[in-house]
Amino acid sequence: MINRLKDLRTTRGWSQQALAERLDISRQSVIAIETGRYDPSLPLAFRIAELFECRIEDVFVSPSAHHAAG
Amino acid sequence: MRFSPAQRRYNRRVLILSLIYTALLFAAVYLLSRHLVSGPLAYVVGILPALAVCGFFWLMAVYLVEESDEYLRMLQVRQLLFATGIALSAATIWGFLEGFELLPHVVGYVWPIVWLAALGIGCWANRLIERGNALIGRGRAGL
Repeated sequence: MINRLKDLRTTRGWSQQALAERLDISRQSVIAIETGRYDPSLPLAFRIAELFECRIEDVFVSPSAHHAAG
Repeated sequence: MRFSPAQRRYNRRVLILSLIYTALLFAAVYLLSRHLVSGPLAYVVGILPALAVCGFFWLMAVYLVEESDEYLRMLQVRQLLFATGIALSAATIWGFLEGFELLPHVVGYVWPIVWLAALGIGCWANRLIERGNALIGRGRAGL
């Protein structure tokens, strides 16, 4: 799933490790999500959105919406 | 690479169990090959190294329960599925060919060894799949 996690993270000046520690997940997981290799579960997606104080849709692009736009 | 807390616990437990397994195996071989034990005690001595091997499977289950990182858990599950599929397929194919007297008999504990070796293939497959997914992800993002 396409997402803005890397943009949001770099805007705050956080490293991947710093973000991983804030989310209580591994750096591998952060990399996998940022590169679109892994789609997080709904609870983790909510945690990510809450950390950046935004909605899930502001972090993750809906695959159906992306296809419609493309 | 940093290990998750669950991975560190798993690695420590595997190391301890490996030492226990080695000690039990040497003791069993020594005692049984010299016929120093017999009767029910021989069965107990003989089964102890096998129980240690069963312990490795149990440790993997404990790891899956304890791992709180869902991505790492997914990778481990996929690795285990690869290993299980390979070992069961190999055992089935060998079993049929052995039944048709086309291959010699192999002892049953070969298959857990094949399964443990197949975990390595599962690890390699994980890397390959993740690399492929990364390329797909970049393609979708238009990078």
